[in-house]
Amino acid sequence: MLGLTRKDAILLAIVTVVALLAPFILNPFPTNSGFAQFNAGYPDLMQRFAIFGIFAIGFNILFGLTGYLSFGHAAFLGVGSYAGIWMMKLLTANIIPGIAASIVVAGLFALIVGFISLRRSGIYFAILTLAFAQMSYALAYSVLTPITGGETGLQLKLNDPRVLDGALAPGERAHANLFGLDMTSSIEMHFGAWQFTFNTGYYIAALVLVLAFYLSIRIFRSPFGMMLRAIKSNNTRMTYTGLNARPYALAAFVISGMYAGLAGGLMVAMDTQVGPERMFWTASGEVVLMTILGGAGTLIGPVLGAGLIKYMENIISKINSGILHEWFYWMPDGLEDFVITLVYPFVGKGWHLTLGIVFMLVVIFLPGGLVEGGQRLRRLAQGKRAKKSATQTNPAE
Amino acid sequence: MGILEVKNVNKRFGGLQALSDVNLSVAENTVHAIIGPNGAGKSTLLNVLVGKLLPDTGSVMFDGQSVLGRKPYEINQMGISRVFQTPEIFGDLTVLENMMIPIFAKRDGAFRMHAIESVRNERAVVQQAEDMLESLNLADARHDHSASMSRGNKRRLEIGMCLAQEPRLLLLDEPTAGMARADTNNTIDLLKQIKDERDITIAIIEHDMHVVFSLAERITVLAQGTPLVEDTPDKIKGHPKVREAYLGETAAA
Ligand SMILES: Nc1ncnc2c1ncn2[C@@H]1O[C@H](COP(=O)(O)OP(=O)(O)O)[C@@H](O)[C@H]1O
Ligand SMILES: [Mg+2]
Repeated sequence: MLGLTRKDAILLAIVTVVALLAPFILNPFPTNSGFAQFNAGYPDLMQRFAIFGIFAIGFNILFGLTGYLSFGHAAFLGVGSYAGIWMMKLLTANIIPGIAASIVVAGLFALIVGFISLRRSGIYFAILTLAFAQMSYALAYSVLTPITGGETGLQLKLNDPRVLDGALAPGERAHANLFGLDMTSSIEMHFGAWQFTFNTGYYIAALVLVLAFYLSIRIFRSPFGMMLRAIKSNNTRMTYTGLNARPYALAAFVISGMYAGLAGGLMVAMDTQVGPERMFWTASGEVVLMTILGGAGTLIGPVLGAGLIKYMENIISKINSGILHEWFYWMPDGLEDFVITLVYPFVGKGWHLTLGIVFMLVVIFLPGGLVEGGQRLRRLAQGKRAKKSATQTNPAE
Repeated sequence: MGILEVKNVNKRFGGLQALSDVNLSVAENTVHAIIGPNGAGKSTLLNVLVGKLLPDTGSVMFDGQSVLGRKPYEINQMGISRVFQTPEIFGDLTVLENMMIPIFAKRDGAFRMHAIESVRNERAVVQQAEDMLESLNLADARHDHSASMSRGNKRRLEIGMCLAQEPRLLLLDEPTAGMARADTNNTIDLLKQIKDERDITIAIIEHDMHVVFSLAERITVLAQGTPLVEDTPDKIKGHPKVREAYLGETAAA
């Protein structure tokens, strides 16, 4: 189906269903319960899951397949965002031209950066990409202020030309939209103590995520994907098989840059603003973490990694000492304070510490990331089942 | 004129003259062995032929065209394939995928953006790869990771991958080094079969005299970067200079 094997088609179907039902799946706790703060089913966060999922899927096409570790991919995301917002300022608040421009401009930029950086491999390649990204960040911050808005960045303004859009009614703001469908519009659904939000922006991002995921499966399974894995596996044999590894790697670099641009374009489509911090090196590092955490070189891993990190960033970081006191109020006073003192460094602003520990545990015990964890669990379960059936059949023999 | 003509090639590494005035002519559709003691410059010569090293002076012509200054992948596309001293295969890929890559390389050249391949075309490549594996007795392992194969089978696969490109000249650098006797004999049989079945020129560097005398039609003896003699295996066996420079040394060792 769709040129996919049965297994891949099932994976795509699962991703599609989960993406469609995310507002339910991510909001398992009743709105008024103590656990409601673990609900992630609000538009802002769901959009981020989808967008960073796309970013990580694209990064994985480069890193997971070819093994080239870019430390500057946030630059493409940022450039995509700037291109997108300019389209929305000059042409129309309809997101289509903006997103198209994001992909194209990020792709062109990736072509330049990749062409230069891919002259080296390993650590030197990583450093070159990092240098480009930091340069972009610094430029966006300073000299390029006329284009980037400098530190404050760019937002949609009332006096933007938007030549394709009609004049706004007095007092009306420009809304990012898809042929009139407002990105920020949502439908709320109440179901007993539960509340679910279906947001236009999220569903558009989710649709793009599914398409991006499908495309990545096709790339992984294509002869082109096989060539990319061959580069990672043995560059010497690649060369002595008459293959020029560099254009293959460059193609992968540009594709992953375009994915990053797409993510950047979707970001401005959701919140209609952009600032240079989007290109800071920590943002580049984050997508590396996402990919490795989920499982580099696997199809679904980067999406899982992106989800986990964004979940922790938004949920764990909101746990403050007040919430901790609520949780542990039932303990004797001395013990309560003690436990809270222990837990406190890992939540709230300390969520990075938790992330760091999770990351270390995964890298040490599950080098294949969350996907490997899942595979091990499955094998464990299958092993047990096999053993059970073996013991069941034994007496009959 | 041989298919490969090496003329007056010199290569220095610092103070070491690794190759000095090497002249070599390999006739088409023959098996030509290059022997010589350790450090004689055999691998260096091979690296010059495949474009990994640029000689200081001299010329290397393959089928009337100079290979010097071309990239290794370009030289490969001219029709020269190389088997390495330790097998170089795609360890993370399956055996079948290993075999598909040279077939794509043969079909499409050094680069093609075949992100989307028609099912029919891809099936044809898979079929070709499977036939090749069948002829190498590796078909049962086709879905295994190639890294998990035995040394002998890795060598078979590597040779098969080179053949899948239908090269006109196959270069082998000590293909049986570090192999058990049985694997060595398998490799000899495989190379004999290749020689009988195909129009192909083989240049082989080898330490194992058993391998050399089983396969070679001509032998060049290299010592200290210079060809000492070149002759048929029978003549080489009896050559006093060779016994002194090379065979004598192995007998003593
Ligand atoms: N890249 C290199 N740099 C410096 N010296 C080298 C290099 N490659 C080979 N040599 C030296 O050149 C000489 C010939 O080496 P080599 O061609 O590997 O010999 P063989 O393969 O006949 O054993 C040796 O002394 C070796 O140390
Ligand atoms: Mg050698």
